[in-house]
Amino acid sequence: MTELNEILLEVKDLKTHFHTKHGVSKAVDGIDFTLRKGETLGIVGESGCGKSITSLSILRLIPSPPGKIAGGQILYKGRDLVTLPDNEMRKIRGNDISMIFQEPMTSLNPVIPVGEQIAEAIRLHQKMSKKEARLKAVDMLKLVGIPSPEKRAKQEPFQLSGGMRQRVMIAMALSCNPEVLIADEPTTALDVTIQAQILELIKELQARLGMGVMMITHDLGVVAETCDTVAVMYAGNIVEHASTQNLFDDPKHPYTRGLLASLPKIDEDRDELYTIEGSVPSAYNMPVGCRFASRCEFAQAVCLEKKPDLIEQSDGTKVRCWMYSDEWAGAKPTEEVFN
Amino acid sequence: MLMFILRRLVQTIPVIFGVTIVVFIIMQLVPGDPAVLLAGEGATKETIEALRVQLGLHQPLYAQYIDYVTNIFRGDLGTSLKNNQPVLDEILIRLPITLELAIISTFITVVLGMAAGIISAVKPYSIIDTVVMILALLGISLPSFWFGLMLMYGFSVKLQIFPVAGWDSMAHIVLPAFTLGAGGAAIVARMTRSSMLEVIRQDYIRTARAKGVKERVIIYKHALRNALIPVITVVGLQFGALLGGTVLVESIFAINGLGRMIVDSIRMRDLPMVQGGVLVASLVFVVVNLLVDILYRFFNKRIELN
Amino acid sequence: MAIELNKEEPVIVTQTIDHPRQSVISNFFSVFLENKAAVVGGLIILFYIFIAIFAPFLAPYHPHEINLENKLVPPSMDHWMGTDDKGRDILSRILYGSRLSMGVGFAAVIFGAFFGITLGLIAGYYGKWVDSIIMRCMDVLLAFPGILLALAIVSALGPSLINVTIAVGAFSVPLFARIVRGSTLEVKQLEYIDAIRTLGANDGTIIFKHILPNILSPIIVQGTLRVATAILSAAGLSFLGLGAQPPSSEWGTMLSSGRDFLFTAPYIAIFPGLAIALLVLGFNIFGDGLRDAFDPRMKK
Repeated sequence: MTELNEILLEVKDLKTHFHTKHGVSKAVDGIDFTLRKGETLGIVGESGCGKSITSLSILRLIPSPPGKIAGGQILYKGRDLVTLPDNEMRKIRGNDISMIFQEPMTSLNPVIPVGEQIAEAIRLHQKMSKKEARLKAVDMLKLVGIPSPEKRAKQEPFQLSGGMRQRVMIAMALSCNPEVLIADEPTTALDVTIQAQILELIKELQARLGMGVMMITHDLGVVAETCDTVAVMYAGNIVEHASTQNLFDDPKHPYTRGLLASLPKIDEDRDELYTIEGSVPSAYNMPVGCRFASRCEFAQAVCLEKKPDLIEQSDGTKVRCWMYSDEWAGAKPTEEVFN
Repeated sequence: MLMFILRRLVQTIPVIFGVTIVVFIIMQLVPGDPAVLLAGEGATKETIEALRVQLGLHQPLYAQYIDYVTNIFRGDLGTSLKNNQPVLDEILIRLPITLELAIISTFITVVLGMAAGIISAVKPYSIIDTVVMILALLGISLPSFWFGLMLMYGFSVKLQIFPVAGWDSMAHIVLPAFTLGAGGAAIVARMTRSSMLEVIRQDYIRTARAKGVKERVIIYKHALRNALIPVITVVGLQFGALLGGTVLVESIFAINGLGRMIVDSIRMRDLPMVQGGVLVASLVFVVVNLLVDILYRFFNKRIELN
Repeated sequence: MAIELNKEEPVIVTQTIDHPRQSVISNFFSVFLENKAAVVGGLIILFYIFIAIFAPFLAPYHPHEINLENKLVPPSMDHWMGTDDKGRDILSRILYGSRLSMGVGFAAVIFGAFFGITLGLIAGYYGKWVDSIIMRCMDVLLAFPGILLALAIVSALGPSLINVTIAVGAFSVPLFARIVRGSTLEVKQLEYIDAIRTLGANDGTIIFKHILPNILSPIIVQGTLRVATAILSAAGLSFLGLGAQPPSSEWGTMLSSGRDFLFTAPYIAIFPGLAIALLVLGFNIFGDGLRDAFDPRMKK
């Protein structure tokens, strides 16, 4: 057993671009983060911010063309996945790093029994006979809490409910004891009651198997419940990177504050929820300055002229905002502004 | 599944009756009095009248239709005006030949079409794909009767590889079957390609990639099975076009099948034969469609219930 | 179009901001013109229409002029495509024949489209038993394999080019009816149709002013592709001797008479067939292009 804080995944200045006839869309435009063993990292943002592209880039599953990893490194235990040959990459996929997707209804092959789909993943990465793999698949179904797993393994996806299918996806993802699990909106398509069960399952299995988990979500509730650290993404950049505790207690970036302010709070009675005005800039045509400036109520001249860097603050939170630099003129807004 | 088959069987009955009605109505379109035509020139009024009663033409139309259908159920499709033989007997001699031709051609349609479609879809927008798709476009645009003549000219007259016409050996089958199957193969190829490209975009293909499955296995194990399901329907429809096409191909290659029988009978104004031939060919097509539907349903049950 | 990765993550969310949605028509043309094959298809069709109109000026000889001294001449400078068994210039006959073959194709499709669209609109709009009866009748017509229905009709009406047109047209009625019915059902569900109805519009107004214009694109696509099939079917029937009769220069008829000289003078059969093939190819790729242009979703 390696030490608990071993770095599994180190993403450095990752850039994923899409070349279309409208131009180049810089969906992911230079992001950095690390994932340690046993850690759960949340990546939060609106749809289109690049969070799913980030997760697909790690496994090199970006449809190409038009997508392409345009720069940066993805170091898994020190090996750069970006430059790995295809056959080496295939050995990583599903074995060292596996992934569960947000659409359990369509993510399983409709014409192959679910047990066989799990067994396929096992046999790809482990020396096992068909029979052994089949038995292991049933074990995995048992592990993710599917009742009468022997029977279910022989069924095809259409015979299973959505929650059940997501459990199958999880069983498949975990079947080769991966070091890293990427969960891309694993609960978005599910009923609220099932959502909690699936999150609980992922947490429990992480505790038992000690993986690093990347939780991609737009739901801050999911973050609060599962994550140790959080990266907030906006328009292809990370704008704030903090421990979950810090993020909720002391959000720094105006965008993060906006996200938090737009959450309904139980102890308050408001008629209207806070919304962030304006819209995300086009991925084809990013502004030179801060990408959030056009929607930010505190924006100053400097915000429109120069893009801020991701700067570490005294409490360890990293934030990409001029407000936390020496160049900022005037008072820094306080929490109250949003309430 | 059993319920589906039963329901589908029941639905077929009105279609079969519909077909008999249409054939019956079409024959009413024949200009002139059939009795006069049949009696020939210089026949007396009495002869014509007697013939009219004999043929049941003095009855109202609906009664004539009921007679017609009742006779069909008795296996009586009328008698040929040319040789006075029962129409059914002649059809039963010809039908196996046409079915043989149609089945071999369908096989060519399916194998050639699917193979070409898969080759295209594996490397979309590549040179191979472009060439295959251009060939497919030509395949749906070339008139089969011309294509058949050209094959005959090239392979029988010039190269002398295959016999010119007839239906005696396997060598005789090659050119007509290919002529008949090529158009369908082109359509199946286009359909297979677009279906494959559609399937390759699906989430479950991404899941397979995320597991570390090889690209080859993804194509042949994960994508192909799903992609071929909609192609089944096209093959079924194509069988109809192909059955109709036997009319042309059998004429070109002098094959004594049902299609040629129909054409010859039209030329000789032997309407009962035409009527019987068209009816039987249509019934064959109805049955094939039924089988294809059941087959489609069998493969598609998972997708439908989703 | 946008890259579809998964539903949650349309990469080009804000595309509309700096690429404002062009009008439907200019968008149609830009997609269409980008499809080079479709443009080629359109040019082929225009080329044939040009030939059909100006045949008398283009043809070097009279299409029916018999010259037995000059029969079965292989392609040469005097007769680019040779002469047939009666010494008639094949090129001239093909040029004139374009009028017949294209005329039959268009007429048959217009005939079939008229009845098919009417029936499809009625079935889709009124639904219930009207729909059931109409569509079951269409099913019956579709139960006839390929050109056999047309063959049966021609056999009853007697061989002639007009009867071939009717027969081939009848064969496309159910195809139009199905497509129109399906589209009508979709459009009928739109809220604005309900709104118009509550404003007191009568059925005729709704069908012809609001539904029909909305379902034109599938009709046009289907129509174009049907012309290709109609030309093939009509030529096939003429080839069998059931359509235009000799000495007509209809291409199927020409091909049929060339059959007897396949061994000695194959060019008699080759050129009319090429003429048909190129025209049908034109309609097919033009139709494919129209479909892509009308429905960008189908592209790629």
